[in-house]
Amino acid sequence: MSDTATNPASNNGLAVEIKEMHKWYGDFHVLKDINLAVEQGERIVICGPSGSGKSTMIRCINRLEEHQQGQILVQGIELTDDVKKIDEIRREVGMCFQHFNLFPHLTVLENCTLAPIWVRKTPKALAEENAMKYLERVKIPEQAAKFPGQLSGGQQQRVAIARSLCMNPKIMLFDEPTSALDPEMIKEVLDVMVELAEDGMTMLCVTHEMGFAKRVANRVIFMDAGQIVEENEPNEFFNNPQNDRTKLFLSQILAH
Amino acid sequence: MRGEFKEIVAFAPPASTTGAIGWLRQNLLSSPFNVLMTIFSAYLILKLVPPVLDWAVFSADFIGKDQSACTSGGACWVFIGARLDLFIYGFYPFDQYWRVNWMFALLAFTFVPQFFDAFPYKKLFGLIALIVVPVVAYVLLLGGSFGLQPVDTNKWGGLMLTLVLAYVGIVAALPIGVILALGRQSKMPVIRTICICFIELWRGVPLISVLFMASVMLPLFLPEGMNFNKLLRALIGIVMFQSAYMAEVVRGGLQAIPRGQSEAASALGLSYWKSMGLVVLPQALKLVIPGIVNTFIALFKDTTLVLIIGLLDILASVQSAIVDPAWRQVSTEGYVFAAFSFWVFCFGISRYSQALERKLHTGHKR
Ligand SMILES: Nc1ncnc2c1ncn2[C@@H]1O[C@H](COP(=O)(O)OP(=O)(O)OP(=O)(O)O)[C@@H](O)[C@H]1O
Ligand SMILES: [Mg+2]
Repeated sequence: MSDTATNPASNNGLAVEIKEMHKWYGDFHVLKDINLAVEQGERIVICGPSGSGKSTMIRCINRLEEHQQGQILVQGIELTDDVKKIDEIRREVGMCFQHFNLFPHLTVLENCTLAPIWVRKTPKALAEENAMKYLERVKIPEQAAKFPGQLSGGQQQRVAIARSLCMNPKIMLFDEPTSALDPEMIKEVLDVMVELAEDGMTMLCVTHEMGFAKRVANRVIFMDAGQIVEENEPNEFFNNPQNDRTKLFLSQILAH
Repeated sequence: MRGEFKEIVAFAPPASTTGAIGWLRQNLLSSPFNVLMTIFSAYLILKLVPPVLDWAVFSADFIGKDQSACTSGGACWVFIGARLDLFIYGFYPFDQYWRVNWMFALLAFTFVPQFFDAFPYKKLFGLIALIVVPVVAYVLLLGGSFGLQPVDTNKWGGLMLTLVLAYVGIVAALPIGVILALGRQSKMPVIRTICICFIELWRGVPLISVLFMASVMLPLFLPEGMNFNKLLRALIGIVMFQSAYMAEVVRGGLQAIPRGQSEAASALGLSYWKSMGLVVLPQALKLVIPGIVNTFIALFKDTTLVLIIGLLDILASVQSAIVDPAWRQVSTEGYVFAAFSFWVFCFGISRYSQALERKLHTGHKR
């Protein structure tokens, strides 16, 4: 994997570009001067202490949160109040949440076909065929007819990944996809994510799974108190952290 | 402790915990208080049921045409039979009864299948019941087109009027309530304020005064020639009033759905309306079925209030028949009949909602 780490897929423009971005919740300055350029096919892991603004930052990329200053461009499209642009960007960007957020009233298959049918206007049969393909890819085709509540956490998260993939996104955002899972289920989700990375998906991933970061990330970003404190390629980041706060953080998460 | 393991073959539970005696012991005689309650209930049943049965069935009169048939001292059901036309059709012209009957048939035809799980076209029939039936019923009952003789709404009455009021109320109040509930949560301050004002205004006023205003005060403000129909005004009053209640019920459901659901829908590219219609509302409405049905049942019974503005619903028509000097002392029979009619419909709604809840229960929420 080390070759891909230094050689992201040749790009025709950046996948995500964030320039001098700030965000406030009321008076609380939650993101400060964020600058980040993500190339096509690049895989970025974001870590940092709780409350540092990791979730907020990646949620700004598909406009689940609004930024108040600076610029965010996704696939060259700038995020503004323009609803059309937001829709366009959301079609390119898939997202997986910590708590899966599957739709409990729909079966696994229906979860996967909902957006293709209603947003992309894919015919139902085709959408189902496609969904089965992705469910096979995350290794749970046999669960298609079940409801999410009948699956284990790891299975649910894999369904959530398949559901996003069904929209053929160019970029995938992950917000702590494994932190609500029991240890024995973490691996099955990470395996799927590693495969996805190997297939060249552009990924931004908030996670504290350092093994995953070492294995697939091109870059690791460390955030603290709303700022990007340090960014580096994984080996350097883990073996030779520059900032004191990074060192402290790494010592804490590697300690236990 | 560690004796040799011996497999135990399953055997029956002690006789004292099963069968009729076990049931009695567990449910009726489990404590001194329970024993007391059992004796008291038995006393009440023995004291009340026989006389009621005697009045309503054994010494009641069923057959006949007028007061003279009621001689045996029990209930005079002859009265109900003789005035049934009034109770069902109001003053609708006799030779046009078939139109009302068609409406009843249509309602039954679209609704009865909803009670059967195995029936395959339930959704289609449901849609017909909600959209087509009101239109057809409107044309059919009011007349004036398709060669149908016009029948003024003044002549509408009885069960038919009650059903029209309740049905229109139910069919209109739910969607308006949903819109109001969504509006109340809107990010746009203007829409939110309008919805809050609307809901709080209508919820703060008793239905009876809404109806009074609709029938007495509204005409004062309207220009001379513009005097629209009393029934329509009552309907608008009922719909506005009930949709405010419905809005609050639905809002309760919306609030119970985690924000992650609409976020996931947005992240998949679903627009606000699609995310509401496909993801949030189906879950929210399912959650508040008991509240919705409660509102429906309240609405159904509240339709009786239209009698104060001179509309002759089933209760009002019963009342008007009771005072008829041709009959003596039939008020109990009349009111029992009216109450029973309401009970049948409300019980039906309630049973249907329970079946619906069971059916929609995917049972695996997390
Ligand atoms: N809707 C909100 N309103 C106000 N403050 C918020 C809101 N959401 C988050 N915050 C605050 O913003 C800060 C950053 O939150 P964020 O969820 O991005 O942190 P995080 O780095 O993802 O933390 P964690 O690892 O716990 O998920 C926190 O201090 C949080 O309290
Ligand atoms: Mg977070």
